[in-house]
Amino acid sequence: MALKQLKNATFFRRLTSFERASFLKSRAQFKLSYRLSHFTYVPDTVSASDGETARMNLFQAVTNALDLALGTDPSAVIFGEDVSFGGVFRCTVGLQDKYGRDRVFNSPLCEQGIVGFGIGMAIAGATPIAEIQFADYIFPAFDQIVNEASKLRFRSGNEFNCGGLTIRAPYGAVGHGALYHSQSPEAFFAHVPGIKVVIPRGPLQAKGLLLSCIRDKNPCIFFEPKILYRMAVEQVPLKDYELPLSKAEILTEGDDVTVIGWGTQVHVLREVCQLAQDKLNISCELIDLVTILPWDKETVINSVKKTGRLLVAHEAPLTGGFGAEIAATVQNECFLNLEAPIQRVTGHDAPFPHIYEPFFIPSKWRCFDAIKKLINF
Amino acid sequence: MPKINLRESISEISKPRSMPKINLRESISEISKAWNYDVTDRTLCNSFAKAGFFFESTTQQIPKLEEFDRPQFPGSQSRWTEKLEFVRGDIYDGIPVYRVMNRDGNIIDPSHDPKLSQEMITKLYKGMTLLNTMDRILYESQRQGRISFYMTSFGEEGTHFGSSAALDPQDMIYGQYREAGVLMYRGFTLDQFVNQCYGNKNDIAKGRQMPVHYGIKALNFVSISSPLATQMPQAVGSAYALKRSQTGLCVICYFGEGASSEGDAHAALNFAATLSCPIIFFCRNNGYAISTPTHEQYKGDGIAARGPAYGIPSIRVDGNDILAVYNVTKAARQLAVEESKPVLIEAMTYRIGHHSTSDDSSAYRSVDEVRFWHQKDHPISRLRKYMENQKWWDEAKEKAWKEETKKQVMQTVVKAEKLKRAPLDEMLKDVYDEMPPLLKEQLDAIKAHVEQYHEHYPVDNYEKA
Repeated sequence: MALKQLKNATFFRRLTSFERASFLKSRAQFKLSYRLSHFTYVPDTVSASDGETARMNLFQAVTNALDLALGTDPSAVIFGEDVSFGGVFRCTVGLQDKYGRDRVFNSPLCEQGIVGFGIGMAIAGATPIAEIQFADYIFPAFDQIVNEASKLRFRSGNEFNCGGLTIRAPYGAVGHGALYHSQSPEAFFAHVPGIKVVIPRGPLQAKGLLLSCIRDKNPCIFFEPKILYRMAVEQVPLKDYELPLSKAEILTEGDDVTVIGWGTQVHVLREVCQLAQDKLNISCELIDLVTILPWDKETVINSVKKTGRLLVAHEAPLTGGFGAEIAATVQNECFLNLEAPIQRVTGHDAPFPHIYEPFFIPSKWRCFDAIKKLINF
Repeated sequence: MPKINLRESISEISKPRSMPKINLRESISEISKAWNYDVTDRTLCNSFAKAGFFFESTTQQIPKLEEFDRPQFPGSQSRWTEKLEFVRGDIYDGIPVYRVMNRDGNIIDPSHDPKLSQEMITKLYKGMTLLNTMDRILYESQRQGRISFYMTSFGEEGTHFGSSAALDPQDMIYGQYREAGVLMYRGFTLDQFVNQCYGNKNDIAKGRQMPVHYGIKALNFVSISSPLATQMPQAVGSAYALKRSQTGLCVICYFGEGASSEGDAHAALNFAATLSCPIIFFCRNNGYAISTPTHEQYKGDGIAARGPAYGIPSIRVDGNDILAVYNVTKAARQLAVEESKPVLIEAMTYRIGHHSTSDDSSAYRSVDEVRFWHQKDHPISRLRKYMENQKWWDEAKEKAWKEETKKQVMQTVVKAEKLKRAPLDEMLKDVYDEMPPLLKEQLDAIKAHVEQYHEHYPVDNYEKA
């Protein structure tokens, strides 16, 4: 709470000083508001049955999940670059003090080593929770993930598996991350049978889904939208709970258009749905896909069968993005129900740029325009 | 007004007092919470040190400030020098190759004779020769198109049996692909080898992998995969887990000198050292990676010379001397387990066979070269000479055993050939622990398709589900 007040105070102070320079006023305000975010975070609500809760942002919810995982499983360990002192995003703060150096430790700076090491720990029956500092840097470990982790159970006839392995990585656009601090590599991994790929949209989901990933009997990649680490704050149950993998979530029900996203994009789409309602009187059904692989085909198909129109939006580039998989599947399963071509609003087929980010991301206005196209077709 | 005793006050001040204990980590997190400002141990250390506080760092050894005669850089511990001198790889003779017996099977230094029993030596010899026979027959099977692929171990049998004999049966093994002897010593049966190569229904892995990709949980031998060196950091992770579970076990990880060039080899050596893992890295340096000779693979003193650079105790051994390999592995195991440290063994040997059945090695090396190793320096013939010197083996025994092994392998092959393959369902099982709906749909679809078009598929070779 104090933290938030402090932040707000600083923000307003800056704003006031900008206002004094009146000739800069409008531009400066635009800059500031853009930097804050391209969406508004709407907290998820907890039900009364969830028991005691606490206000947490996303990184605190991750820490809380990791704390519970280490507490309930003595074989669980956390490692990666700079996790000992709490991590560059503060996700592992206090865990080394609580659980000791042999359970929370720094690794050398080598992603293929981190994932290979994690696979080996899992083979020996432990529960490794590996951190890759940014999803952008997961590619050196691509071989270990694609050729090893995903195929171990299959290739050994179930003699061995590395189901205990979870790989966490900060993910997605952050406003100024440019090429190597913004990427959304989920589609690369969606093409890899044998792993699970999960992306939460906020603290409450992050905790439950991360605990599910850690305890799932398959190697999981858990992408944490890093723009939400501090921005997304909501009440999170303190108890140990798991949320189901491979289960999409219908956030708002609607009749005219099905709108699908995951991670941060869900919040963009939430605003888009509201805009469509307010400006076009269109009722949208908003779905958070949650799990990219294996994905919940059924929920998506049932929704499109009802609405007849589909918008998929993701930050990753268009070509070969996971939106293509959804679009092709829906086209195949809902051919007779579709009333307009499926719309994909995504990042462009270019590297993620620094200064052009506002024009690169699938902003609410690009998504809004796609809904107009769907309706007016 | 109270009287001040100046003398007392001074002595009070000058008394050595312990500083109040500061919980560094609590201070960090308090500061972080209050100011939303990330403070690392180090910046805090520095600011405390500036303020005149000294404390023991919990995370790293900071050089004592009073040692001004030594460099203070945190990245290394060394001395100053005024000489401009590059450290060069060619200044020394190379790490020597440890051996116990010469090419005639005579022990060179009796104090290094492991004095293995006649029974043990015979077991090792029989194992090496059985592997040799199996290699010959399965190699021929591939030539005749009965199996799709094979890789022999010719010339490297000594490294397999010598090292595995020195391990605890519970130690975990990670291999590359040319370590069938290790598995054979552990008790993998001829049936299991041959069934895997034939991919029949009795293959543990349901015929999903290429031949020679063995693996079995009961013998703690992790399934082989084709990508080179990927097993190395994995082996380190397993060693770390074993260390934590305090079982007194270690991991051995085999790899070739070619695989050592992979990034994963670097990762593994560095992780094993920094995380103090009980692991034996066992490099089979057989001179070639397919067609690439070692002088195109590296410019340093082989693989063993890399160990010390990672802080890993390292040794080079004559891989064709099974007793030397045994001694070295035994000592390495003790070091790894007792000190919880990695050890690197480089076994020098020669790949007598082709790289695989898809390779004709005469395209890149001379037949004379191969003949030299086959006839003059072979691990099997050297152990045989040792046994003959001990009067434990003779020509008659050799002949009988050769016949016996041939019969055993042939019978196994005939049996394996007759078996059908596992049912089609196995194609999509074990991708995950449970089959996801999407995969279930695909399985149903392929089964329905094959039923309709069965005459176009080799359905009779597969068991019915």
